[in-house]
Amino acid sequence: MSTADLTARVRGSLVLARKWHPAEFVVWVMAAAAFVLFPRQLLLLNEIAILALFALSLDLIVGYAGIVSLGHAAFLGMGAYTAGLIALHVTADPLVGLVIGMAASGLLGLVTSPLVLKGNDLTRLMVTLGIGLLMLELANSLGWLTGGADGLQGIAMGKILGIFEFDLFGKTAYAYSLTVLFLLFVLARRIVHSPFGLSLRAVRDNPLRAASSGVPIPWRLAAVYTLSAAYAGAAGALLAQTTQFVSLDVLDFHRSADVMLVLIIGGAGWLYGGIVGAAVFKLLQDWIAWFTPQYWQFWIGLFLVAFVLGGREILHGGIRALVARVSGRRGGGS
Amino acid sequence: MTLLTILIDGIAYGMVLFVLASGLSVTLGLMNFVNLAHGAFAMVGGYVTVLLMQRLGVPFLATLPAAFLVAALAGLVLERTLYRPMYAKSHLDQVMFSIGLVFMAVAAMKYAVGSQQQIISLPSFLLGRFDVFGVSVGRYRLFVIVLCGLLALALFWGFVRTRFGSRLRAAVDDARVARGLGIPVTALFAVTFAVGSGLAGLGGALGVELLGLDPTFPLKFMIYFLIVVTVGGTTTITGPFFAAMLLGVADVGGKYFIPQAGAFIIYGVMVALLILRPEGLFARSRS
Repeated sequence: MSTADLTARVRGSLVLARKWHPAEFVVWVMAAAAFVLFPRQLLLLNEIAILALFALSLDLIVGYAGIVSLGHAAFLGMGAYTAGLIALHVTADPLVGLVIGMAASGLLGLVTSPLVLKGNDLTRLMVTLGIGLLMLELANSLGWLTGGADGLQGIAMGKILGIFEFDLFGKTAYAYSLTVLFLLFVLARRIVHSPFGLSLRAVRDNPLRAASSGVPIPWRLAAVYTLSAAYAGAAGALLAQTTQFVSLDVLDFHRSADVMLVLIIGGAGWLYGGIVGAAVFKLLQDWIAWFTPQYWQFWIGLFLVAFVLGGREILHGGIRALVARVSGRRGGGS
Repeated sequence: MTLLTILIDGIAYGMVLFVLASGLSVTLGLMNFVNLAHGAFAMVGGYVTVLLMQRLGVPFLATLPAAFLVAALAGLVLERTLYRPMYAKSHLDQVMFSIGLVFMAVAAMKYAVGSQQQIISLPSFLLGRFDVFGVSVGRYRLFVIVLCGLLALALFWGFVRTRFGSRLRAAVDDARVARGLGIPVTALFAVTFAVGSGLAGLGGALGVELLGLDPTFPLKFMIYFLIVVTVGGTTTITGPFFAAMLLGVADVGGKYFIPQAGAFIIYGVMVALLILRPEGLFARSRS
């Protein structure tokens, strides 16, 4: 087969992969419908949307590039603090805060990417964990800027685009977060189905072979790490703006662990993993916290252990069987 | 002279860290297993001592073997049941699994004994300070240094001189070849895991006075164990030992001289070392 043929075939398969599956529309229609269906749960829905964005950002590096991280909260926190500080000292316009928060996190990602790209999985886990803790410690000691343990208080947000005002029930918040999630999701979808995304998966599956095929691995990984950091920064900015409060909690280790759990529940390596995982995680957390507010962490832990020990195969196998049956009944689909 | 006092405090702190983390370094080296729940075994040991002293009035020294045994037993049972299926899985799965265990241990301990900081009253012969050539030394610090120093010597001896130790080193270097030579790596690992957990338990018991004890202990000190192991490397016992000493002295000194920097220095040093020497500070190069 000639090179031109091969290029055409790869192009063709990428274009095919870019086509929207009908089930994808269902997900987004459902997310939008939740706005009308559960008007009392909008604050929870907002949290789900933000967590989904955070998980999406982690999926970009874990699922598509094979970079494991235990310190992703560093970027969430960077975005949150930047957005909070912008709102306090510069402008109350949410979109400005969002963009600058993303930029700041992206920059942090770019600067720290050389540290993360070296070494094996284990070193990466330790280095990301260390960077996450460093950021927490930094935010804690820069009390004059971040408010230390008290956090950033008295954040007052302006109207989005000068029209939509934030309300107590989370109406605007959920619509805002969902819109940002959707737009960034579409962008991520386009990116992972591009030649760039393809090269990332090649690096993930076989770095040696990818390198010998001419993929500039360090640059590609640095690029996706920066992108992922910017996405996490967006999630942080949304969190700061919709809750109008930033505390050290956004940088806490449990944030990094939680988002990893979300991705493990939903499955890494497909973009809906983060969204499904975020919905399951938040509903589970909400439900557990309802009957045992103090000890919900125990059940999350149990869930995690059971999931890794074998529950994942059962759950994902069940879903796959279900999907196969549904698409089989329609008489098509692959 | 305060400088020497700080040094001795730092060494005592480092000694406890070494006893806490030594088990982790061997399990990591042997099975390549990332056990973030190691601190949970230490916490168990700490609570055994606290509860035996508070509820049953057992003297402090008598609780130390109990702390070792209970933690070792917990390690043995968990290794047999939960850990074993995890060895073949990815590092990420192992990390998530052990974080799950930590979350469970933290919440279970909160439920069982409450989330307050635990205090023990040491026996009177371990209280107070005395002067050695003008240097004020805490009796308990000295006790910890002597006890942990003896333990460290015993570990060196066991690791280098005994048949068990040479098998263990062989298995750490290359588990496959060791298995092929008839070394029972699985049984070796079960024993090592139990002893490592027991040592963590003992370290937790000794550390109640120095490090404090509350249910978030495993999370709070997780990073310290990881520093000791990653900086010290997993191929020797001397590596983690010196890493623990360095960490102990740097942490105590840092908190004394530059309190506003907090734990910042420690984490910074760890990240820097991991980047410069990803195989560990004292590791032989494996080529």
